Amino acid sequence: MKEFGKYIMFLGTMLVRRETFATYYKLVMDESIQIGVKSTFLFALVSSFMGAVTTVQTAYNLVSPLIPKFVIAQVVREMTILELAPTIMAVIYAGKVGSSMAGGIGTMRITEQIDALEVMGINSTSYLVLPKIVASMLMLPMLVIIAAICALVGGYLVGSLTGIITPTEFVYGIRYIFNPYMVTFALIKAFVFAFLISSISCFKGYYTHGGALEVGISSTAAVTTSVIAVLLSDYFLAELLL
Amino acid sequence: MIKIKNISKSFHNKPVLKDISGTFEKGKANLIIGASGTGKSVLLKCIVGLLHADTGIVFYDFRNFTEADKETKTEIRREIGMLFQGGALFDSKNVEQNVMFPLDILTTMPLDEKLDRVNFCLKRVGLENVNNKMPSEISGGMKKRVGIARAIVNNPLYLFCDEPNSGLDPQTSIVIDELILEITKEFDTTTVVVTHDMNSVMGIGENIMFMYKGEKLWDGTNSDIINSGVKEVDDFVFVNKAMRSLKA
Repeated sequence: MKEFGKYIMFLGTMLVRRETFATYYKLVMDESIQIGVKSTFLFALVSSFMGAVTTVQTAYNLVSPLIPKFVIAQVVREMTILELAPTIMAVIYAGKVGSSMAGGIGTMRITEQIDALEVMGINSTSYLVLPKIVASMLMLPMLVIIAAICALVGGYLVGSLTGIITPTEFVYGIRYIFNPYMVTFALIKAFVFAFLISSISCFKGYYTHGGALEVGISSTAAVTTSVIAVLLSDYFLAELLL
Repeated sequence: MIKIKNISKSFHNKPVLKDISGTFEKGKANLIIGASGTGKSVLLKCIVGLLHADTGIVFYDFRNFTEADKETKTEIRREIGMLFQGGALFDSKNVEQNVMFPLDILTTMPLDEKLDRVNFCLKRVGLENVNNKMPSEISGGMKKRVGIARAIVNNPLYLFCDEPNSGLDPQTSIVIDELILEITKEFDTTTVVVTHDMNSVMGIGENIMFMYKGEKLWDGTNSDIINSGVKEVDDFVFVNKAMRSLKA
């Protein structure tokens, strides 16, 4: 509970003594490139394979001749949009970006770079953390959209190339009883996950004490805590919004 | 001028600073000296507000820093320049961006003016043609110089240096010391230097505070320190043969 209180206070300090909009704009853009654009390839790769494997495994399990083949695509769509794209990508995001945030801020802490900011009269949490959170909340939803598209394309390609399902059936399945709210729900999840991962990772990095070993420990703790927070919030969001 | 009154600080009920008072004068190199673990850096961090003292008050030119509101504290902090032990340069920025950083954040200067100021400060610390180098590409001594350039770029009224000579060879240490003293005189700053280097003490110590086990034990100038008459000061000062022969 003490740690949670510290985390809430940490978030509170971010909103006081802010710098100019121009400063944040530049920082958010830099962070967005760093954490968003540079993660696109990994997300596209993982999600393409995820879509492909989901197609193959769904087809393997749907052996009844009474079930039409387009159901495979429908299952892939539902799994991808509802869970795989937002949640699994968030877990990957925590591993790639969250650990980097915690490591970067932790290193800044132990090398007195954060102290240097404070001595200059700059609110270090606001300057360092706020742009990362904003950039994450902008980038993760976009990455989730890319991941969902790549997963469906991956499924389509593997399904068509291996003869599991025809391209027409796949496209029909994807469009069959499509509920656009699923996309809204996935994006809400992405926003929440982005906030949790970036704020928790920055919090863990910000309160690093010691040396290189502690920076490593902070990075690990950031990923572990973020993933737990993502999974818990995933459950609560499903209960609340579905 | 910086005045501290009755500063005390404990960590986990272990007292690190005990009721320290003193004055750091304007236009002088004020040194806080003592062996490792005596609380010098903690005192410095309490003065600049990186740590909160349990008791005591810090005045910056008669402005109460300890009890000031956040805005006033920020205002005072923007008059402070600080050189950290390891330089504390931002890894993601090159030398020029590091030095320009306080100007970027704290001023509305046009870019060409900022560049002029950065180049002036880099030249002042004896660094030229290193603007595009990253901190990882320069030596320890150069990092300290860049740190000094960054500390003075915003024309600070107060300059703090935490162990400016740590990790440097004796020759570079002297250069850094002389630079700090020159800058103090040139810009008329109130400079506070934390050190345990006797060369610094003898070279630039115009106003020295000696700390021992968290207490201020003695203060004076570098010419007084040889005859302080305090055993702990003598133990610290005359630890090597060269200094002992100086006394003899």
